[in-house]
Amino acid sequence: MTPARSTRAASPSDRPGSGPGSGSLDGLLAAKEIVIACGPGGVGKTTTAAAAGVMAALHHGGKVLVLTVDPAKRLANALGLEGIGNAETRVPDEAFRAAGLKPRGELWAAMLDTKESWDALIRMHAPDPQTRDEILANPLYKNISGRFVQSHDYIAMERLYEIHSEGEYDLIVVDTPPTRNALDFLDAPQRLADFFSSRLLRWLIVPYRSKLVNVATKPFYQIADRILGTQFLADISEFFILFQSMYDGFVERAGAVQRLLSDRRTTFMVVSTLEGVPLREAEFFAQELTARHLNLGAIVLNKVLPAYLQGAEAATVAEAMKERADELATSLAPVLASVDAGLADEAQIRRVLVEVAESFLNFRVVALREAEEKSELGTVPEVLATVPFFDTDIYDLAGLVRLGEQIWD
Amino acid sequence: VTALLDLKLVFVTGKGGVGKTTVASALALFASQHGKRVLVCEVDAKGEVSRFYEAPPTGFAEKEVLPGLFVMTMDTEASLREYLKLQLRIPVVGRIGPLAKAFDFVATAAPGVREILTVGKLCYEVRERHYDLVVVDAPASGHIVGQLAAPQAINDLVKVGLIRSQTDWMLDILSDPTQTGLVAVCTPEEMPVSETIELAARVNEETTVTLSAVVVNRVLPELFGRQEEQVFDGLTTAAPSKTLAELVGGDPGPVLEAARLAVTMRRTRSTHLDRLREGIDPAVPLLYLPYLFTRSHGLRITRQVAASLGEELGY
Repeated sequence: MTPARSTRAASPSDRPGSGPGSGSLDGLLAAKEIVIACGPGGVGKTTTAAAAGVMAALHHGGKVLVLTVDPAKRLANALGLEGIGNAETRVPDEAFRAAGLKPRGELWAAMLDTKESWDALIRMHAPDPQTRDEILANPLYKNISGRFVQSHDYIAMERLYEIHSEGEYDLIVVDTPPTRNALDFLDAPQRLADFFSSRLLRWLIVPYRSKLVNVATKPFYQIADRILGTQFLADISEFFILFQSMYDGFVERAGAVQRLLSDRRTTFMVVSTLEGVPLREAEFFAQELTARHLNLGAIVLNKVLPAYLQGAEAATVAEAMKERADELATSLAPVLASVDAGLADEAQIRRVLVEVAESFLNFRVVALREAEEKSELGTVPEVLATVPFFDTDIYDLAGLVRLGEQIWD
Repeated sequence: VTALLDLKLVFVTGKGGVGKTTVASALALFASQHGKRVLVCEVDAKGEVSRFYEAPPTGFAEKEVLPGLFVMTMDTEASLREYLKLQLRIPVVGRIGPLAKAFDFVATAAPGVREILTVGKLCYEVRERHYDLVVVDAPASGHIVGQLAAPQAINDLVKVGLIRSQTDWMLDILSDPTQTGLVAVCTPEEMPVSETIELAARVNEETTVTLSAVVVNRVLPELFGRQEEQVFDGLTTAAPSKTLAELVGGDPGPVLEAARLAVTMRRTRSTHLDRLREGIDPAVPLLYLPYLFTRSHGLRITRQVAASLGEELGY
């Protein structure tokens, strides 16, 4: 039997007995169809998104897709794949078995290839093969699809829409591209629509379509011509004329993508660490999501130092170890000698005691600062999860599950 | 490789979260402390740089935040305006409104136009010798190559016109390793190291800019040597830790546990450092900055990082 998934679009906050920070990712993912992981760079966003997908496949069943923008081979390896391409690939059962796991559902993964996705979009919208080929060969198009940063934002959301509308998956977890501004991808569909419906677009095209340039627009062309050069302007115009044939399709599509983002079945998972700068960015993002009436479902705080570092008693012990190092070393030398005769050097014991104590006190300051930052979080969604600092890198499915378990319940 | 402080234009980049802005701010601060007139330009306009100096937010017009240290925030539209005024003497400056809109439109369609105005403004400050050193808090490593390759890309796209005629002198400045350099910032962690190695290769292949240094930020201190680690291992066994607990009148468990964590973290990280050294051209210096426990940001941190950077640079 196919594992049942909740189809209800209600937010988990409708459930009795829940409040900010008290919900679980388990509950959130059971209710949603799309989870968009976002937040500042370098906080483990991709890994967290993958871990959430793995957990959903393990416990909820159904078909789960992790759509990543991270080309890192490590994630592919962790999922037991040779590499992750633009096409969706199923994570082999052997990868789960090797980790001693038996998933209820299927886990799939795909990477976002901007260039390929753009090309696919052109093929879909182009009115005829000739226009299609001309666009694909246009130098400006190549530049836009390959390098243009914002095109990456748009295409990520576009691809998500495409996959979701095919209805192949029960849950799609998306990892958003690292952008200059974390919100760029939210604005991308609207910006693209604005771009193609701009009055300036028509201005640019006019002189190449008819030879009539009116008095009002003439200075504009003269200046543009001086700055950019005639050939370049011609390239731009050709590009837009070609694109105009796809205008309606694009704008309609951008609107649909926008609607999907604000759909009740979509939720956002903000990932951050408790360091000052990334956390401020994440908070801003959380506020902005709320302001746009988008569903902020979870905040995941990564790489948090262990709680035992905050202990007051341990701090007193560390202080004593530092201040009374000489005396302690003298007393400990014979005890250590009974463990191993080579460990009785008092000067060495003293240095170790001081180093260990100093190190504790140093990390304690960081741990206290993190705890304070966490308590000051302004926007707390249904799910507030904390992931401890792992002392090793995550390189396999078991590692992803280890992370996933921290955020699941 | 030209010493960092002898360059005229330094781009500082790195993966998000590694301390790129901290290093850029600290490098500029250190240079200004050594009598140089320095401009810091923030390209990713988040208003962060001024925070690193505890100064109010800055705009396109540079502001002196500390003696000899100026901060500005890049604004491509303002840069276009300045460019038109200074370079082209275009008579319609008063009617920049619609032009700026048109420009915005073209820039959206033709990537490189926006980048060229950023790079152009920076190169202009260098050419006019307004400063001894221009430090750029550049886009993150994912975007820096596009930025630095912009003049070349424009050269390929635009065959004639005034923009084209401007790219040659910019390329001269960018391609000169005694004037321009790139500093890549990373932390000794897996992904940042991998990205830095990848970046170094791309910068070499796709741009004319030279990688001048790699700054490794947040390097954890080495707690003990081999012999001392054996002593530490001994301390964590039953009898010695019981004795220690009695002597200090409390459980030393968390303190010892924390040291174990610190040692493991340091060890995991040192494998990434080895990988970094192997993956980067031996001629490019690696500068190590210690992990700072006390504060996470602000001028205090900028000052501490500047001091560490100075030591690494041999001052």
